[in-house]
Amino acid sequence: MTRTAALALGDDALVLSHRLGEWAGHAPVLEEEVALANIALDLLGQARTLLSMAGDEDELAYLREERAFTNTQLTEQPNGDFAHTIARQLYFSVYQHLLYAQLAAGNGPFAPLAAKAVKETAYHRDHAEHWTLRLGDGTEESHRRMQHALDALWRYTGELFEPVEGVAVDWAALREDWLTLVGGTLREATLTLPQGPQGDAWTAGAGRQGIHTEPFGRMLAEMQHLHRSHPGASW
Amino acid sequence: MTSSTDWPLWEVFVRSRRGLSHTHAGSLHAPDARMALRNARDLYTRRNEGVSVWVVPSAAITASSPDEKDPFFEPAADKPYRHPTFYEIPEGVKHL
Amino acid sequence: MTTTVPHTATPEAVFDAAVAADERIEPRDWMPDAYRATLVRQIAQHAHSEIIGMQPEANWITRAPSLRRKAILMAKVQDEAGHGLYLYSAAETLGVDREELLDKLHSGRQRYSSIFNYPTLTWADVGAIGWLVDGAAITNQVPLCRCSYGPYARAMVRICKEESFHQRQGYELLLALSRGTEAQHAMAQDAVNRWWWPSLMMFGPPDEQSAHSGQSMAWKIKRHSNDELRQRFVDICVPQAESLGLTLPDPALRWNEERGHYDFGPIDWDEFNEVLRGNGPCNAERLAQRRAAHENGAWVRDAATAYAAKHATAHQEDRA
Repeated sequence: MTRTAALALGDDALVLSHRLGEWAGHAPVLEEEVALANIALDLLGQARTLLSMAGDEDELAYLREERAFTNTQLTEQPNGDFAHTIARQLYFSVYQHLLYAQLAAGNGPFAPLAAKAVKETAYHRDHAEHWTLRLGDGTEESHRRMQHALDALWRYTGELFEPVEGVAVDWAALREDWLTLVGGTLREATLTLPQGPQGDAWTAGAGRQGIHTEPFGRMLAEMQHLHRSHPGASW
Repeated sequence: MTSSTDWPLWEVFVRSRRGLSHTHAGSLHAPDARMALRNARDLYTRRNEGVSVWVVPSAAITASSPDEKDPFFEPAADKPYRHPTFYEIPEGVKHL
Repeated sequence: MTTTVPHTATPEAVFDAAVAADERIEPRDWMPDAYRATLVRQIAQHAHSEIIGMQPEANWITRAPSLRRKAILMAKVQDEAGHGLYLYSAAETLGVDREELLDKLHSGRQRYSSIFNYPTLTWADVGAIGWLVDGAAITNQVPLCRCSYGPYARAMVRICKEESFHQRQGYELLLALSRGTEAQHAMAQDAVNRWWWPSLMMFGPPDEQSAHSGQSMAWKIKRHSNDELRQRFVDICVPQAESLGLTLPDPALRWNEERGHYDFGPIDWDEFNEVLRGNGPCNAERLAQRRAAHENGAWVRDAATAYAAKHATAHQEDRA
């Protein structure tokens, strides 16, 4: 049970960290190179702790097939433009912050990790919220791009609130808090909370069951290639 | 070329631990104070170097001019009586 | 402690006396135009090198073969962005603007270190860059911590402190490969073969051909000659290569008892000049990526500027 949960939370962190790592050398301003890498490193640290609770971190990261990964589809979405990355960050970091805050307050197996991670995710959230405000309430172009990104990623958000076995949180409250916080930020940023479905069997939201979107396979191919080319080698 | 990155320059001061004053660490560019603070945190405290950060718009700093160096600072040099080592105290006198 | 210069001394005499006494020159001091120009050129080139230097290593972040290595590499590439920022910040104390310097980089009017125009073809290249390229950079940079210009010297102190992990992680990475499988060992040797000579070129042309060296030494911007530093680097690397179980690709490399140094073979300066001229394997790609990142980011920077203008007085973080 703990293993299932550790994999789900660990895969989220691992996959999103990888996506953020793809920004290295491509960020819109040098200061943002440093900020995005900080977030990626925090997430990678969380992933390593969580995967190690489920087994050998490298075996789990590099030798599982796509169908065995249980990250949410939101985390695997390609970076797109900076607005897409910020929209993904906003949706995910608010979720992760609320999740870890609940876990840290409990006394389950994830409480020690969550106590540390909740501080990291508070910063990730802050970063995403500040950029959401600037892109939403910046120029006409940035507003248009940000709204587009929020709309495009919206259908991947429903899955975040599907209960994960072994994660003892109040999922309904989590969802409600998330809507309030994201909604508040978007309002302040002069953006509109998307109205479409938050994901169902026909749209999205089966990452926890190992069903992923097409770009994820290519991401894994890149991530795992070198490790798999040298079976048994140590690095 | 756009002039978009005319983000103002900010000076960054970091308190490395409680009990010490903030020390100038360097500068950075940011569109506003909040982003400047965030960037400063990311850039100047990656290795646990700080417990508190100040950012100040570089344009807001008034500095003494190097040309005024002598009138500004030299008069203090010939007032050794301001320093405790100026005074001779007999041996054995304590707590002074 | 302070230099004694008569009150009537010319600014030039004050400057010369400060440099002679090993005092630091600070931003608002009078300085010769050529001193300022030399520093701007050198610091900007150094900053650009950090920023362009992110690319060959970032090339492997998404393929790093273990999560531990991935974290190390991400942190290292991030440090390079940070170092670029420290250096742009030092350059700006000389009255230039970062935007202006980036413009010059993007239009090819200012250079960056030629070493980053070589491709990273295998994972072992990440190790070779750490060990050899960062090793050469550190050999160059340690004396810069005592450079006569204060802000540059202070930036270098910070950078050198942070970079000490860069070289060690590269060495450790190569050691793991060298002691690993046959294929891993071969990968490590191949990387060292490709990076050794370009690393030696990082110290610049031989002393007798070095255009700026003399004046820079007199100004104490530079403390040792190119050839001196190159020799120091070779002497350090030979025993390190032995411990790695790897060879350096130079048949002429041998200990010279009389000189107390290692002799090494001739450097292919034609290759150096070609790469410098823009004909290296990756010159075009490196600049293209940098330009694209900057251009694609313009709307983001514009947005933040526009937002700041709209909310100019609205925000105030907690008061100090």
